[in-house]
Amino acid sequence: MNAHDVVITGIGLVSSLGEGPDAHWQKLTTPGVKPVLDAERFAPYTVHPLPEIDWNLQIAKRGDQRQMETWQRLGTYAAGLALDDAGIKDNEELCTTMDMVVAAGGGERDMAVDSDILAASETRNDRDVLLNEKLTTELRPTLFLAQLSNLLAGNISIVHKVTGSSRTFMGEEGAGVSAIETAAARIRSGQSTHMLVGGAFQTEHADMLLGYELAGYLHRGDWKPVWQRQGAEGGGVVTGSGGAFLVLESREHAEKRGHRIYATLGPVLSSRARRARGELQAGIEALIAKAQLQGGEVLTISGASGSHKATAAEKAVLDAAPGVAARGFSTLTGHMKEAQFPFAVALAALAIHHNAGYPPFAAGERDFAGAPETVLATAVGYHHFEGMALVGKAG
Amino acid sequence: MTKFKDHLGRPVVAVTGIGVVTSLGKGKAENWAALSAGKSGIHPITRFPVDHLSTRISGMVDFLPSSTKGASALTYDLAETAAEEAMTEAGLDVQDFGGPLFLASPPMELDWHDRFAIYNSGKDKPAPERLLEVARGLNSLDMFETSQFGSIADRLADRFGTTGLPITLSTACASGATAIQLGVEAIRRGECERALSIGADGSATAEALIRFSLLSALSTSNDVPQKASKPFSKDRDGFVLAEGSAALVLESLEAATARGATVLGILRGCGEKADDFHRTRSKPDASPAIAAVRAALADAGLSDTEIDYINAHGTSTPENDKMEHLSLSTVFGERISSIPVSSNKSMIGHTLSAAGAIEAAFSLMTMREGVIPPTINYDHPDPAIALDVVPNVKREASVRTVLSNSFGFGGQNTCLVMAREPV
Repeated sequence: MNAHDVVITGIGLVSSLGEGPDAHWQKLTTPGVKPVLDAERFAPYTVHPLPEIDWNLQIAKRGDQRQMETWQRLGTYAAGLALDDAGIKDNEELCTTMDMVVAAGGGERDMAVDSDILAASETRNDRDVLLNEKLTTELRPTLFLAQLSNLLAGNISIVHKVTGSSRTFMGEEGAGVSAIETAAARIRSGQSTHMLVGGAFQTEHADMLLGYELAGYLHRGDWKPVWQRQGAEGGGVVTGSGGAFLVLESREHAEKRGHRIYATLGPVLSSRARRARGELQAGIEALIAKAQLQGGEVLTISGASGSHKATAAEKAVLDAAPGVAARGFSTLTGHMKEAQFPFAVALAALAIHHNAGYPPFAAGERDFAGAPETVLATAVGYHHFEGMALVGKAG
Repeated sequence: MTKFKDHLGRPVVAVTGIGVVTSLGKGKAENWAALSAGKSGIHPITRFPVDHLSTRISGMVDFLPSSTKGASALTYDLAETAAEEAMTEAGLDVQDFGGPLFLASPPMELDWHDRFAIYNSGKDKPAPERLLEVARGLNSLDMFETSQFGSIADRLADRFGTTGLPITLSTACASGATAIQLGVEAIRRGECERALSIGADGSATAEALIRFSLLSALSTSNDVPQKASKPFSKDRDGFVLAEGSAALVLESLEAATARGATVLGILRGCGEKADDFHRTRSKPDASPAIAAVRAALADAGLSDTEIDYINAHGTSTPENDKMEHLSLSTVFGERISSIPVSSNKSMIGHTLSAAGAIEAAFSLMTMREGVIPPTINYDHPDPAIALDVVPNVKREASVRTVLSNSFGFGGQNTCLVMAREPV
């Protein structure tokens, strides 16, 4: 116990399962809970769609809502949930001194404009001129900002008044890992007292699927749990829309204002295995070794994507680690890219808070009885970058 | 004896290597020669047709092997070129850097030429389905990587042997400064002895230009391109879209001294403050910019009387330059009229994600060379902005400390304070 320990005091979650930490805890601790799937809209791909959301609950002004595409709205919404949960929302003093790191993608393009340009390209060879002609006349001027990576953080500042500092990290799952790692390092060093950190991903857009499918990463055909997609048609990833934001604080800061602490965030570990050289599995093993699991049963919230190679490597390491009971939450939420690691850490914190584990999310995951002392959270990128964190008791 | 700890007991952070590429040229020597001669790198756009465009000029980097190969390839090329120069100057093994990488780079999108190619090799189906269907058949790692936000940093990490998970970041026009700030913080926290901070932006595509045009952010002074960027002038009419890169090797002064490296300058302080006013406009009272400047001074342990020169954000947009003047005159009071304040963007345009890093590199060179680069095109001073902008011609001066400002769309403001010598 140390004044500069990093503690988790606010959780904002959105996924196909619902919104908020309580709804997620209820769903995920119900044995045999079924995923919410949409196999039609983007067939042959299945996605986990957004639940119904009343945006007004976290983004009061319609004008603000209109200035964002769905991904930014989703992130701003999830950030608002986390601030609410931490008792910081609308607290001007705490918001204006709060630091923020957002893990962001972006690029929700206007499919109608793009489709129109592509259709015209079938009969025209002057494609560069075509681009100028169409983009200058058909692009909505504010769309650029509504899809721009750093504007999720920008909108969180505008809507929730979080203005201590604002940084946006990019780079798929790794961005989420670095965001939490950096936020924790700032608090531990005394550089920051309270931070908002997280990300969101909105998959229900053809370009968001294209980002995976250019390298054939998406699973096709019948849906299967995340660990059971090896050898199936496609690349193994089933995506989901969702978001996860955390409020991290120094223990001293949280205790002084008397707010509930869900859990303590222990070491956050990150790496970049040189996968082309076959070093991924050894890289994951090295991370687990660094985590120094204390023996006994270890509940592990895995952000495995289903991506064949990466998930096989992670599974091999987790299966071989003594006492590890892994829960691949992508089975129930789909893969949420930049939000994947923050989501994993949030689920780990909930298990600590409730002093209980999750039942298996799919057949083949081993039982975990008892109360978790420490929970491991992982995110092994579908293509690159890896991270883990240990989450422990509140105090 | 040199002090290795700063006023807050943290390791002092030195710069031991600098690399730069802008439209003015490749490398520090070419850039400095042009910059101190008051030469502009702004030129007519030739990379793509300019039909239908209201802005037909830019500060694109057209002389690299990747200049015509799309935003991802060019951004990588720019970053690699600058990093190699910086690491070589620092006397480090260019394949084994041995510290983390912080990369400021633009968000990535599939290039339109690839989009056209994919679409036109399929048929019948509507575009969204067709692109996906063709893509999964192609299974092209090269094209895939241009669409991944972490790929450029991943490649750079391989190329230079940086350690750990590289961070790719965006704080819009403040990105380059944020990359430096992240490196400084990592060294101060004792996580590493050295860090490689890069800002690189090769994303001046037709679509990027059109996007900024639609926001009315760009200068349309097409007729004499080199006169288009005119920060602090009465007739300024927007920024000039540009490309470039800079890399800094940051090192704890103690480690740099121990290995006998030449210290090129000191990164004394970083400050930031977000703006909650509007997506593209700053708060009218400039309070976030003021707070960012003050935070940087406080972090550096300097008072406002101890800044010798200000490297302005100075974009040449009506809004920024006015707001920047307000923030500076608020922080520095009456003394602001006697502090030289110049904008490198008058010559290189606005290099977006790279700007903060490039301007930090030029700030460090300003101190070392004892020469302040001018604000060119200052023919019609804005009477509402009473600043000594070092008009049109360089000035010799002993500069011990510099404040460099970066203010971004989306409200992300970052300021850096640099010093010529350790304390």
